[in-house]
Amino acid sequence: MTTQTMERPSQTVGGVEKVLEIEDLKTHFFTRDGVVRAVDGVSYHVLKGETLGVVGESGCGKSVTALSVLRLIAKPGRIVQGKIKMSGRNLLDLSDEEMRTIRGNDVSMIFQEPMTSLNPVLTLGRQISETIMLHQGLNKKDAWDKSIEMLKLVRIPEAERRVTEYPFQMSGGMRQRVMIAMALSCNPKVLLADEPTTALDVTIQAQILHLMLELKEKTGTAIVLITHDLGVVAETCQRVVVMYAGKKVEEATADELFERPLHPYTVGLMKSIPRLDRAATTDHPGRLMEIPGMVPSLKNMPPGCAFAPRCSFATERCRREIPAFEMKASGHYAACFNSDKVAEIHHG
Amino acid sequence: MAEASGTHGRTPLLEVNGLKKHFPIRKGILSRVSGYVYAVDGVSFSIGHGETLGLVGESGCGKSTVGKAILKLLEPTAGEVYLKGKKISDLGPLEMRPHRRDMQVIFQDPYSSLNPRMSAGDIVGEPMYNYGLAFGKEKEEKTRQLFARVGLRAEHMLKYPHEFSGGQRQRLGIARALAVNPSLIIGDEPVSALDVSVQAQVINLMMDLQQEFNLSYLFVAHDLAVVEHISHRVAVMYLGKIVEMTDKKSLFTSPQHPYTEALLSAVPIPSPKMKRKRIILTGDVPSPIRPPPGCRFHTRCPYVMDHCKVVEPPMQEVQAGHFVACHLRQPGQALAAAAASNPALTAPAH
Amino acid sequence: MTATTPAVIDIVEPPKPLGRIIYEFARRNPTVIFGSGLLLAMVTIAVFAPFFAPGDPLALAPARRLRPPSETYWFGTDMFGRDVYTRTIYGARISLIVGICVSALSTVVGLAIGLLSGYVRIVDAVIMRIMDGLMAIPGILLAIAMMALTKASVENVIIAITIPEIPRVVRLVRGVVLQIREQPYIEAAQSIGTRFHRVLLKHILPNVMAPIIVQATYICAAAVLIEAGLSFLGAGTPPNIPSWGNIMAEGRTFFQIAFWIILFPGLFLSVTVLAINLLGDGLRDALDPRLARRM
Repeated sequence: MTTQTMERPSQTVGGVEKVLEIEDLKTHFFTRDGVVRAVDGVSYHVLKGETLGVVGESGCGKSVTALSVLRLIAKPGRIVQGKIKMSGRNLLDLSDEEMRTIRGNDVSMIFQEPMTSLNPVLTLGRQISETIMLHQGLNKKDAWDKSIEMLKLVRIPEAERRVTEYPFQMSGGMRQRVMIAMALSCNPKVLLADEPTTALDVTIQAQILHLMLELKEKTGTAIVLITHDLGVVAETCQRVVVMYAGKKVEEATADELFERPLHPYTVGLMKSIPRLDRAATTDHPGRLMEIPGMVPSLKNMPPGCAFAPRCSFATERCRREIPAFEMKASGHYAACFNSDKVAEIHHG
Repeated sequence: MAEASGTHGRTPLLEVNGLKKHFPIRKGILSRVSGYVYAVDGVSFSIGHGETLGLVGESGCGKSTVGKAILKLLEPTAGEVYLKGKKISDLGPLEMRPHRRDMQVIFQDPYSSLNPRMSAGDIVGEPMYNYGLAFGKEKEEKTRQLFARVGLRAEHMLKYPHEFSGGQRQRLGIARALAVNPSLIIGDEPVSALDVSVQAQVINLMMDLQQEFNLSYLFVAHDLAVVEHISHRVAVMYLGKIVEMTDKKSLFTSPQHPYTEALLSAVPIPSPKMKRKRIILTGDVPSPIRPPPGCRFHTRCPYVMDHCKVVEPPMQEVQAGHFVACHLRQPGQALAAAAASNPALTAPAH
Repeated sequence: MTATTPAVIDIVEPPKPLGRIIYEFARRNPTVIFGSGLLLAMVTIAVFAPFFAPGDPLALAPARRLRPPSETYWFGTDMFGRDVYTRTIYGARISLIVGICVSALSTVVGLAIGLLSGYVRIVDAVIMRIMDGLMAIPGILLAIAMMALTKASVENVIIAITIPEIPRVVRLVRGVVLQIREQPYIEAAQSIGTRFHRVLLKHILPNVMAPIIVQATYICAAAVLIEAGLSFLGAGTPPNIPSWGNIMAEGRTFFQIAFWIILFPGLFLSVTVLAINLLGDGLRDALDPRLARRM
């Protein structure tokens, strides 16, 4: 019953140590109808204690990238190339045994559907303790106590009672909190959050995001927030990566990205969403700017820039060559031949 | 409470009075009724010609049920629904048929709202067949026109739903709804399942069609920004009741109900520089099986008073055309005070 | 304000030639091809029995009884000197006729009842109780009872096997209809004024067909086996008509000295049932809606 103020996290981040670095990752799915290049040469890093936003629409590869970090890619998918560096090691070189010590321990993930991510036949206490016992070697009793502690940390009321309950007895928001509790129970260095609030109501979403940021302050975990919601990104992330059709198209700090987007897709995304802040000042609805066309099939990509067929800035060169991902301004990168034109026309 | 906003004295296209829908919960061998889900518990509003009423609320508030009850896909438990002045809430299924021509619906899930075993052309043409409006070649021609109107190519008429993308399927749903020239279209979360860039296409399409055919929409959704964009008036629902209803500008610039305030402040804004005071509600939405006594929102309300826990606030007009159900707001007064304490959007820093 | 023009990327693929569709289908579903190939062979044999076995299946020749397989009598002779090969070939007719008729009849009746039961709640309660009752009757007892009441004939065998199969189909259909009924496209059909019978026939029925077709093949296989069993027990096909069950029943007492009387009809029976089951399995995979969605 409280009114809390949620300030957007500040620009400066504690330290410049990279806790996770993905280098030129390629994850392809070999289906009967062709090769789906879900992730096609993606590189990004996460600094200690920062929140990195990975934005894109369905099919852009943002989730597959996260799953690749945890090596949870099943047939017909395969990581065909790349390095995933963490604490000086390449995760792709590790054996299955070693990888198991990483999952849930150094890198955790929370998923979109809290309904289906929890085992319906195990109590919450069992599920959280399992992770703790596995990675921290505590005995059953100590792990159970720690579970209760974690539930309190994520603000679940009556934690002692709740810990013996089953997932179906909880609401979506609560289940997501439990997932966060599980994910943070071993103090991972990085938390991969794949659309953690998309399935939740907007007031619950606000609660969950607020909680995640609060916990981040406490534990120092870096967060990779994968989402399609630019609003969520603006409110929680320091840096943002924009993905399209398996590749990165833009990367910048949140402030920079929203003020001066340099890739036509980013511009298109920002202009095509209805916004409450603009609402307050206009009377007429007007039309939303549309990005014409559809995302190309990942089995059948056009030559040259993947966005060219839908891009109003596209030139012949764009249709022939794939633009390199390069620095356009300090700390601001984009894969586009016409970024300067984009910057001129878009007035932030 | 049927105000004539946007209708200039004409009978409103749709009028809903005290609509209720309670779902019985059956337990035991003999399926005894052990309780009810009070999904919709007394909802009243009206929609004029060519107007869009946005109905927002979070999951479980009953907004989808309102749409289905109006369409008589569910039988209302109580209340009246008038379509073009004629009472339809007590009509049987056969008597409803001719009225269904005037009210069509677009569903949320583009994947399951189209029969997977019917071709796209057949799906869109079916309403015409049902009402005997067109057959054979003429039906084909009209279907072709509908396809063009929603931005689909005629060659697609022979394809099956699984061959289309989500956005295209939603266009098919819109074409089907338009086939019999309805006056009212009820959109039950029509863009929620679509990607952001496709959402814009479909929203624009719906607004164009509204202009062209003078359509009215009941736009049920949980995404406030989308509702703000497309609606003329907005009603906010919580646990089966409307808590606030007014024209969109007033709702978004000076919301009166604490729930509306909280809802608005919870919506993430894609602008990092914007400074806002956010109201974070604690706790979950109570169950519609056991709604709290008095004001249903009192368990989560930041301004709750003792009175709120006991007495249910009536819906009152606090300003012209602006209705709120809250003990804190009295007709005429408190608007200025509300505006002053309003934590809604302040101007951006730049 | 004019409409937006359709998307730029809106590729319409040219329709595939039929040959290519069949080829791709065969590559993806070899089981269907194999099963249906085998079954087709059996059907051909049954239909063109006189070509495959020019002799008379009923011709007695006691002088040449109980001869082992040889050049003249490929499958040997039985206790009455009848050519086992000819009888086996003609026996295919009975088995396949029974199998197909039972399958078709139970599917059609089961579909009709199941559709109504699943879609109309009031009808459901009554029908399901009746079905439960029917399912409790063992086919064999029913066949014997019918034989006692009337006479032994192929028609009676078909009816006796069909009746206990109907409730199984009804159960399946009803289950699928209950699922489909909840789908938004059914609600959509109602909202556009589709009449009751059209909802059943155009919206519900086509979406029920896939699992029903698969079930129909399994019923066919079961019916073939049940007929053989019934005939073996003497409650099935009348003894003057050769059926695999009959032949095996008659050969039972001579099993130790003339095993071929049982062996060959048994082999044919196994192969036929196998073929039908393979076809059913293959169809189930081929008709899986998830595969359809992959396009």
